[in-house]
Amino acid sequence: MEPILFKHTEIPDLDRLEVYVDHHGYAAFRRAITELQPQEVTQIVSDSGLAGRGGAGFPTGRKWSFIPKSVLPTYLVVNADESEPGAFKDRELMERNPHQLLEGVAIAAFAIGCQKAFIYIRGEFLYIGEILDAAVAEAYAAGYLGQNVFGSGYNIEIVVHRGAGAYICGEESALLDSLEGYRGFPRLRPPFPAIKGLYGQPTVINNVETIANVPHIVRNGADWYRSYGTDQSPGTKVCSISGPVNRPGNYEMNMGTTFRELLEDRAGGMREGKKLKAYIPGGASAPMLPGTEANIDISLSYEGYREAGSSFGSASFIIIPDDVCILRAQLSLSEFFAHESCGKCIPCREGTPWLAKTVRRIESGQGREEDLPLLLDICDNILGRSFCALGDFSTSNIVASVKYFYDEYEEHIRSQACPYAHQARAVA
Amino acid sequence: MAVLSVDALERIDTIVQKYPVKRSALLPVLHVAQNELGWVSREAMEEVADLLELDPDQVEEVASFYTMYYTDPVGTYVLEVCKTAPCSFMGAHEIIDYISETLGIQPGETTADGMFTLFRVECLAACHRAPMMQVNHRYYQDLTPEKVDALITAAQQLQLQTAAGSGFQIRKSWSEEVKTEG
Repeated sequence: MEPILFKHTEIPDLDRLEVYVDHHGYAAFRRAITELQPQEVTQIVSDSGLAGRGGAGFPTGRKWSFIPKSVLPTYLVVNADESEPGAFKDRELMERNPHQLLEGVAIAAFAIGCQKAFIYIRGEFLYIGEILDAAVAEAYAAGYLGQNVFGSGYNIEIVVHRGAGAYICGEESALLDSLEGYRGFPRLRPPFPAIKGLYGQPTVINNVETIANVPHIVRNGADWYRSYGTDQSPGTKVCSISGPVNRPGNYEMNMGTTFRELLEDRAGGMREGKKLKAYIPGGASAPMLPGTEANIDISLSYEGYREAGSSFGSASFIIIPDDVCILRAQLSLSEFFAHESCGKCIPCREGTPWLAKTVRRIESGQGREEDLPLLLDICDNILGRSFCALGDFSTSNIVASVKYFYDEYEEHIRSQACPYAHQARAVA
Repeated sequence: MAVLSVDALERIDTIVQKYPVKRSALLPVLHVAQNELGWVSREAMEEVADLLELDPDQVEEVASFYTMYYTDPVGTYVLEVCKTAPCSFMGAHEIIDYISETLGIQPGETTADGMFTLFRVECLAACHRAPMMQVNHRYYQDLTPEKVDALITAAQQLQLQTAAGSGFQIRKSWSEEVKTEG
């Protein structure tokens, strides 16, 4: 399989406009605004079956079609706030090929009648912001962005906006609040962003990887895109894999190949002396799965992980080795959500630190018999009781780790100690 | 009292022009203020509020929400080590302990000479190069005690050479690091 998004990334200076243009760069954008109507572009993307690559997997063309035709201005916002533990794909897509993203932004903006698009990157991506700023400046100077592009009468402006450190801003409505200069708090929906989004105007929010696919789809057609992947999950997916494997990194996989191929062939298998205990397939929000042969053979697709009782999410694979105590792994995840809860909704604000505190108590050898039912009870009281999914996400791995590693929880409580060499450390 | 330089004010002016609504520029403007001052003081918040036609408390409400803004003074070099799951499996806690012992400070503290501040932070999207940290918001990856020593020594030497350190010479980007380290 020839990669789509990483196809030209080995070419030197691909981040420079002239090199990108030499490799079909901006050809799709030119075609879109000089030969196609906006709704035709949306139709091509709908037909391709492209789905949101940020984690939710919502059909991209359908999202664009929700934008009303008569309410102006409309906005396109690219979610580049990559903060899900285990995810680092958008960073590489932006760093290695910034114009691929910009071209996708320009095409998507044209499709929804938007003349001003924003790329919201996480604040810590300081140097990615510099790369994007340089690419935007180049594209303006060459007439690929700005007023009356290619003599079509179409105007498009792209603003790169840096956040300032908050996982919650990856949640699309919190991202909008943040972009407007407020704390990143999720909004009540409806109204959905397609009706009332940025500055109260119709807005589409798409992930970096989703948008990066758009130029290829518009240039080569929906049928070509569907020649990749499965019926339900067309295309490729950039999978991030981290933990003690030989070659951790990003790999663009044809949807429908197996996790085994990612782990063993691409990532080079487990490091010497390490065995796979469990893995998280879709970033910290997705339930972990034990490292059984059956789970290693799951198909890399939305349906594959749904059927296995987890979630493909952003395809961020976190490898948990056999020498790590499952409670220590869980503690790290629980502390993450406790830290990142924005504080707007009480069940999440109060529940996430309570989960972390309880897991730490068990892991440090002071667990009580009632702590296990307590954990699950707290989960029940967070689930579905908050504005956004962060609260729900904080429960998914508690439930999964108790389900799959019940013995390990029990052992900690029974022996009043961690059977592993390490124990929980004091954590801020 | 004005705390921002003419240069910073010019940059802020350029940023504000990009947005249809002035308040949208708040996060980038706070970055400019912090770059200049090293942290976001109450005086800086007041000046930013004035520039964006906001109340100082509205600025403080936002500045205190985001982890990248330091609302208390920090050292010249801020070491922020990721401790989230993938990094923790790869030795992040051991690296934090090592830095802590080497500098004689606990996470959240600054050295007596004002050179270094150490923080534990959550995922920085560099899980495949764990353990890692950012120093003044630039990434250092695949950390070992030897690498940490080299960074600290480099910072101390640069501090001796220049009156005001504004960030030691670090590799600019991940790609350069990838190229040099394979």
